[in-house]
Amino acid sequence: MNIRHHLDDATLLAFAAGSLSEGMSLLVASHIDRCTDCQTRLQQAEAVGGALLEELAPVALAPGALEQVLALLDTDAGKPEARPAAPAPVQYADIPAPLAPYLKKSLDELDWRTLVPGVRQFDLRLGGPGATRLLRIAPGLSVPHHGHRGNEMTLILRGSYSDELGRFQAGDVADLDEQISHQPISDSGEDCICLIATDAPLRFSGLMGRLVQPFIGL
Amino acid sequence: MATVIPLFRKAPPVKEEWSACLAALGQTRDRADYARLFEHFAPRVKAYLVRLGMTPANADELAQEALLSVWRKAHMFDPAKANASTWIFRLARNLCIDRMRREKLQFYDIDIDYDAPDPDERHGGEQAILATRMAESIRALPEAQAQVLYLSYYEGRSHSEIAQAIGIPLGSVKSRLRLGFDKLKQLWGESS
Ligand SMILES: [Zn+2]
Repeated sequence: MNIRHHLDDATLLAFAAGSLSEGMSLLVASHIDRCTDCQTRLQQAEAVGGALLEELAPVALAPGALEQVLALLDTDAGKPEARPAAPAPVQYADIPAPLAPYLKKSLDELDWRTLVPGVRQFDLRLGGPGATRLLRIAPGLSVPHHGHRGNEMTLILRGSYSDELGRFQAGDVADLDEQISHQPISDSGEDCICLIATDAPLRFSGLMGRLVQPFIGL
Repeated sequence: MATVIPLFRKAPPVKEEWSACLAALGQTRDRADYARLFEHFAPRVKAYLVRLGMTPANADELAQEALLSVWRKAHMFDPAKANASTWIFRLARNLCIDRMRREKLQFYDIDIDYDAPDPDERHGGEQAILATRMAESIRALPEAQAQVLYLSYYEGRSHSEIAQAIGIPLGSVKSRLRLGFDKLKQLWGESS
């Protein structure tokens, strides 16, 4: 896969630290699944975590903690784990492995809801402060111009879009924060389908944006 | 409102001997080796969990669970791919996320040794030495950068929460993280 747009280092660090929301972690895992560049940077970010673990001042466990665990080692609870089987081959080429359990269907079989003509969404309903959803944009259409109060990440699953930052194709990720305001336009012959995760509501600008906001609720 | 955090105590650098000890445990299942690993790592894992917001009792229980996993997975540890502290950090972090979310997302397991041939064998090799150097490097970071790294990893704070806690814009949190990370990689690169 020819990936041109990658995750921000700050995002990889947050992922490694375990401090991203579920939706954002899902998106990050879905990009990393197919990106060796970000896999390497994630290993570096996890090494930061390992180094910091050594730096922490230890906090003693309750007395007897070691003995309790030692007593379990020869029981079923202490049995060595089998090496995991190699991951099953992907069922749908345009759904990254980490995302598959959340959808359980092909992209075309999902229960898409129309937001405005040409723009449909599928909400993963993960809860939390932000939102995690798939957006499906017909060729030539755009999402209203918007900025962000927090972070917004977009992973392209199918098709492509262009905005002020460049052209994004399948596998590419747009990792944006509050400093960036943009207006993506679906720019290939097929629908652009992307996974979008936010950690705070988006801010739409312009009349169209304000009209659409209550429906999109992004 | 600035939170004052004791950044780093004066600690010796990460010791490679723990990686050797963990690798040996995978082969021999020696209980004395295991007890040594437990006594070194369990109190650190507990400290980590407490900082993430767990009560001491829950942190005790989860630290025990994490260290039991160390025993159960030790044969899958490959010292060429990761340092013992990085491997155990990841294990504890994943347990913690599972516990807090009880959801279906699996953390991306980068060092897993699948039964199938590794398509990219060359990848992990240099990572093992990385953590050792990293510990030394983190002490060399400007405090502002070390602080955001620390808050991110050891208080499990999101970028927005860090921005609020130390009273700087979200963009600055992210640029400090980037700078700190770059510096760490650079320091490591220069000393190799
Ligand atoms: Zn990438």
